[in-house]
Parts: sequence; structure tokens; C-alpha cells
Amino acid sequence: MRIQHALSYGAMALLGAFGLSITAPATAAAWEPTKPVEFVIPAGTGGGADQMARLIQGVVVKHNLMKQSLIPINKSGGAGAEGFLDVKGAKGEPHKIIITLSNTFTTPLATGVPFNWKELTPVAMLALDQFVLWVNAESPYKTAKEYLDAVKKAGPNKFKMGGTGSKQEDQIITVAIEKAAGVKFTYIPFKGGGDVATQLVGKHIDSSVNNPIEAVAQWRAGSLRALCVFDDTRMPYKEKVTTTMSWNDIPTCKEAGVPIDYVMLRGIFTTPGATKEQVDFYVNLFRKVRETPEWKDFMEKGAFNQSFMAGPDYVKWLGNAETLHYGLMKEAGFLAKP
Amino acid sequence: MFEDLNALFHGFSVALTPLNLLLMFVGVTLGVIIGVLPGLGGANGIAILLPLTFTMPPTSAIIMLSCIYWGALFGGAITSILFNIPGEPWSVATTFDGYPMAQAGRAGEALTGAFTSSFIGAFFAVVMITFLAPLVARFALQFGPPEFFAVYFLTFCSFIGMGKEPPFKIMAAMMLGFALAAVGIDTVTGQLRLIFGWYELMRGFDFLIAVIGLFGIGEILLSMEEGLTFSGKSAKIDPKIVIQTWKKLPQYWVTSLRSCLIGCWLGITPGGATPASFMSYGVAKRMSKDGAKFGTGQLEGVVAPETAAHAAGTSALLPMLALGIPGSPTAAVLLGGLLIWGLQPGPLLFIEQKDFVWGLIASMYLGNIAGLIIVITCVPLFAAILRIPFSIIAPVIIVICAIGAYTVHNAMLDIWFMLLFGVLGYVFKKLAYPLAPLVLALVLGDRAEDAFRQSMLMSQGDVRIFFSKGLVGGIMGLSLLLLFWPVMAKTLARMRSPKAA
Repeated sequence: MRIQHALSYGAMALLGAFGLSITAPATAAAWEPTKPVEFVIPAGTGGGADQMARLIQGVVVKHNLMKQSLIPINKSGGAGAEGFLDVKGAKGEPHKIIITLSNTFTTPLATGVPFNWKELTPVAMLALDQFVLWVNAESPYKTAKEYLDAVKKAGPNKFKMGGTGSKQEDQIITVAIEKAAGVKFTYIPFKGGGDVATQLVGKHIDSSVNNPIEAVAQWRAGSLRALCVFDDTRMPYKEKVTTTMSWNDIPTCKEAGVPIDYVMLRGIFTTPGATKEQVDFYVNLFRKVRETPEWKDFMEKGAFNQSFMAGPDYVKWLGNAETLHYGLMKEAGFLAKP
Repeated sequence: MFEDLNALFHGFSVALTPLNLLLMFVGVTLGVIIGVLPGLGGANGIAILLPLTFTMPPTSAIIMLSCIYWGALFGGAITSILFNIPGEPWSVATTFDGYPMAQAGRAGEALTGAFTSSFIGAFFAVVMITFLAPLVARFALQFGPPEFFAVYFLTFCSFIGMGKEPPFKIMAAMMLGFALAAVGIDTVTGQLRLIFGWYELMRGFDFLIAVIGLFGIGEILLSMEEGLTFSGKSAKIDPKIVIQTWKKLPQYWVTSLRSCLIGCWLGITPGGATPASFMSYGVAKRMSKDGAKFGTGQLEGVVAPETAAHAAGTSALLPMLALGIPGSPTAAVLLGGLLIWGLQPGPLLFIEQKDFVWGLIASMYLGNIAGLIIVITCVPLFAAILRIPFSIIAPVIIVICAIGAYTVHNAMLDIWFMLLFGVLGYVFKKLAYPLAPLVLALVLGDRAEDAFRQSMLMSQGDVRIFFSKGLVGGIMGLSLLLLFWPVMAKTLARMRSPKAA
């Protein structure tokens, strides 16, 4: 770790020397970090949350948004519970933040590990991640309806749905599809979203509900076909991604007759007991991150929903999301303590 | 083919700028240091240095980062051979013969053999990437859960029955490994298991912590008992040892070639460098005429795992570039880097980012040559470390081991686990139980379990899925053949002997 600090300082000194620093308008922030900030990632290296956290780290260094460095640390044990317990246990230590995914809600419900988002201090929602129903491009199904009709016709457990992890977002969506369309899949859990996309290209599974960023490469190469997006409106990005389609051309699943609406939180929390000044510092930091070209580019590549929230709005959103997950998981029979 | 060659030469012109050459040497040197420190693996090293590269052009950035990766692959062998502490998971198999060689005063020979084989393995893989990338990428897509299970099964089968220990001791060690591998979250059901309400256990037992403890600390405990000396102390330091070893290496060309193929195969699929090194060692022991002497300090036993590990480590980058799936944790971090530099890995990268891809491939050639030069010139220096008195070096090793164990998860508890594993390693050695099966089961246990249960879900519980297609059936057949070969060989010999009599 010490090597890393020294190097980060070195990099900053270097940036400063070349006059690359962008001077932020002097908002009279009452608090700022006095030592490097730990950026906990409750997931493995290479996944969606990890990519986003490392992008943020890069952006913060490149644009000199913070005097201290930001150090991403993966704590993925126990479906992310390790990371959450670490932040929960660091009460009164403001130099620690965590990036979240849906496991904020699903892990405690599914495993019974004792933590709840209310025990952490919410900072801000950075974006919402979409889910898309994908099939192999060589399969005959052109629309979600055609595909689900075929699944229904084949009978229960004949079609294989691949997803990341067990009793997490991908399986929750799968159960929701099953309920809405009256079908039954064989759900096969894999370790990461990248694996799932590859398994679909190799035709070992029949469909997936990958996030856009996890499957975009295979989509562009013409190996996967996007059937519908699990949201109530289409994705806004109109620039062509494949030769013929943009993200905006993908219909919503509601249009296709499966009224499912599910987005995943990409948000930031800090430790319990953080003061308002400390939270404000981080909110401001992430506002600045959102203004950088690298962030905007990343958002567009991954077709993220760019909602930003902080303060009471964010807390209210979290409350609703928790209720939603509890309901979905209870219905699916995924609760550890029913 | 000619188009590829043209593209490659263009790549060399991209890679061969003074800045890139400098970055290459910096990267390899950093990588060797990272490889030497157990725990601070290539993936961590690259993740730490990633932000530094955001201000560089993408091509220079990936050249430096991939050179760190080559360096780490080279560096992993050093501590395995000198102290019986694998710096990286894929160098565990290198300890089996490398450490006995060092104890017999042949550390220089073992190091030279390891570095040269690493280079050969990597070079083979790079040539394959250069000319066969699209073809090989398609082969990787053939691998679903049943195929993965078959590959892990093959690794176990090629390894069983190779120790001198009684089969029951091997089984006991292996089962303990499987039990330890099962601790933590279960991917298939999403439940925590075997943690007994103790949430610190939910991250499971990391393979590296076990290895650092079992091998590193265990060895130090043994040495302390035996009178505070390293038996490798008599190592002669002679620069000529490099040339002498090179003279010996060509006779192992069959082993090298086989290890290259095993390594490339597992790197692409992506089984990874660790199973590749184990499988290659196991197969070499079966096939070699000196197989019975493996484990006592055979140069061939160093050549086989090192060649395969480096071939796998290198070819693991291919699925990342061509398909956007990382073949190793390090590749996963590099993949994140690609996205940040504004490059989208995947099938179109070869078409849209020619400069980048061919610059990277050219840097694989150059980086490995740079790496070989650096490590080979340092062989006498590394070997000289063994001359340091045990009472000075042992505390240093323990400190490095502790740092390594802590780094894996940034958890203090892991240091205690490391010490516990150290005691376990000592007890195992005293009771003549083999460590290798335990380690193998720990590293591949949960992956094999996941693949098996995913396959069972796919087939609704029908075991015939493992023989349903040509590829998976072939690998399973080969595994069973390897497993029962000793029995079959005996029966065949018995059938022939009456005639001879």
C-alpha cells in the first residue's frame, strides 16, 4: 500500500508540475480529506462496479479533483457483504467510501448477513444501470414476444437463462419474466457478467439479462441480439452502436408485452456517523466527476441512465428500492429469514 | 499471413520508440519485484499502477502494464526456488523440483531453467496470438460449464497418483483442500456456508494465504528445528552457470513443446496459468523417462510448469483482446484499463484499433526479451541471497509473507490464518502427508464445483452431459485414461509376462 501512496503523490506532483491541474471554483468546503480515501468495491476486479470505481479514480487523478488520492479496494467476499461490513464497522472514519450495486439490498436479504443501507451514510446516486434481454444473434427470435412464446411452447426448464450470481439482480429479473410471461427458465448462475455474455455467444445458454456495458462488445460484433430493455422508457442514446441500431432502437419490455421495470443503483455511501460537511465534500466531488468528458463517454458506452441524486431525494429513492427488492425477493422465495 | 506480418512490423514501429522502450524496462523491473512479493500479485500491482497511466497514450500505457505482467510471471519463480515460497499461485508447481535443486546447491541452474522456459512458453504463445488469433478465439467459445469441468477433472486426474505417499494420505490431503475451498459464498445457491456464524470467514480461504503459510512459514519452522541453516547455503555463484544450463535445456524439447501446448490451451479457455502449471507438471512426470525422480530436484520438473504457466499467462490476453473476456484476474484489470483509455475490447478491437493491438503484440515480443535479459543477468545475484545467514533472512521472509497475506484482502485475520497454515504445513511434513493435493484442491475446488453444478443445472441432473459432445467427451475420456493408467499398465504387464517367462 505504501508504494501506492508514494506513486500517487508522485503522479500528482508530476501533474502539478506540468500545470495540468484544473482549478475548481473555490467553494468554501468546511471539510476535506486529510489522508488518502479508501474506495471500497463490494465486488470483484473487472466487473461493472469495479470498472466504474477505477474510472472515477482515474478521473480524480487526471483532473486533480481532490488533494488526497482515492484508493480502490476490492472487498467482494460473501457477495459483497465483506465490503459493507467493513464500511459499517468504520464509524467516525470519513476517509472511506463505498460504491454499491443491487447487492446493497439483495445480499442481506438473501444471506442474512447483518447490515442495512440505513446503517451507512448515503452520499449520492451516480447513475442507474439498465438491463437488456439478449439472445444469440444466430437464434431465430427477432422480438421478445417471439422468444418468450418459444420458451412457453417448449415447456418448463427447457430454455436456459444465464446470469451473474444467485438470488441477485439477474435472477430477480428472471423470476419477474417468468411471472409476467407464464414461463419457466433453468437459471444458471455464473461468477461475472463477462462470463455470461461469452457463454451466450458460445450458445451454452439461450438468453441473458446482461447490463449494456457487459454485452456491448458482442452486440457490436454482431454475435448477440438485443430484444428489449427492462425500463419504462427507452434508453436515450441515439448514436448508432451497431451498424444498424442505437441503444434507443431497443424497445422496452413493456412494449413487448412484459411490463418489467428494473434498474440497478450505482451509488456512493460513506461510513456511519459522517457529518454534513463530510457528505457535502463527497457530493461536490462526484458532481465534478460527472462534468468530465471521460465520465460522459463512459456513461454513453454503457448506456447508463444518468440520474443524479443526493440528500433527501436519494434517501427516499433508497427506501423505495429496498421495499421493491424485499417484495420481489419475497415473491421469488429468496429470503434467508422469511 | 503476410497481412499479419505487415501489421506486426507496423506494430514494432509503434512499440520501438525510446519512451516505450524505457517503459518496457521499468515495467519488467517493477513486475519482477511484484512477482517476488507473495500476495502482491500481478493483478494487484497493475491495479495500483493503473491510474498512473491515464495521462499516457493508450499504447504506451498498455506496454508498461503488460510488461509488469511479464515481469510478475518471471518473478514468481524466484522465491519458489530459493525459499519454497511461491510468489504467485502459478509457481507452486515450480517449488516441487526447484526448491530441492536449490537445497542441493543448484539454485543458479534452477533459476536459469525457470526463466528460460518462461521465455520459451511466452514466445510460443505470442507467435500463436500473432497468427492464429481469430481462429483460436472461436475455439474458446466452445467452452461451456461441462467443458470447464472436464478440464478441471483432467487437471486432477493428471495429478493423482504422482506422489510417493500412500493413496490414502493423498486423498486425505485433497479432501481437506476441497473442504477449505467450500468455505464462503456458494455461487450456485447464493448462500454462505461453513462459516459457523463467523462473518469474517465469508471471504473464504484464499489460496495465496494458504500457500504462503503452508510452504513459506512451514519451511521456516522446519529449518528452525533442523538447526537454523538453509541447506542451499553452499550455492556457488558462477555466471557461467547460465551457459551450462542452456546446454542442458535442448534435451527437454518434448516436455517444452507439450507444456507450451497445455499452457496455450488453458490460457485461452480460460482455465488460467495455475491449472496449466499443475497439469503440465503432472503430465511431464508421467511421460518423462526420469518421472520417478521428479520431486528430488529434476531440471525437467522446473521446465514443465514454468513453460506452461508463462504460455498460459500470455495467451490469457488473447480472449481479452478478441472477445472481451479476461482469461485471468490480471487480464480483468487490464480490461478495465482499456475501457478507461476509451477502447472497447471485443471482436472489433483488431479492426478498429490496429495501432494499439499490433503495438501491444509487438511489445509482447520485446517485453519478454527485455524480461529475459533482466532476470538472466540477475541470476547470480538472486542465488547469492542464499548465502545470507538464516538468522537474518528468516525474519525478513516472515515479514514479507505477512505483508503478502495482508495484501490479499487487507485483512489482519489473514495473517493469523497464514500462521495457522504454517503450523499445518509443518505437521503435514512431519507426518509425511503431501501438500500438493491440498493446494490443488483448494485452488481448483470451488471452480470445479461451480462448473459441475452449472452442468447439472443445464442437463437437469443428467451426468451424461459430460459425454454428450465430442470435445467434452474427449477431455473426460483422456482424464479417465490418465486416472486408470497405472492400473492398466500393471494389467498389461501381467498379461505379457507369462509369454516372456
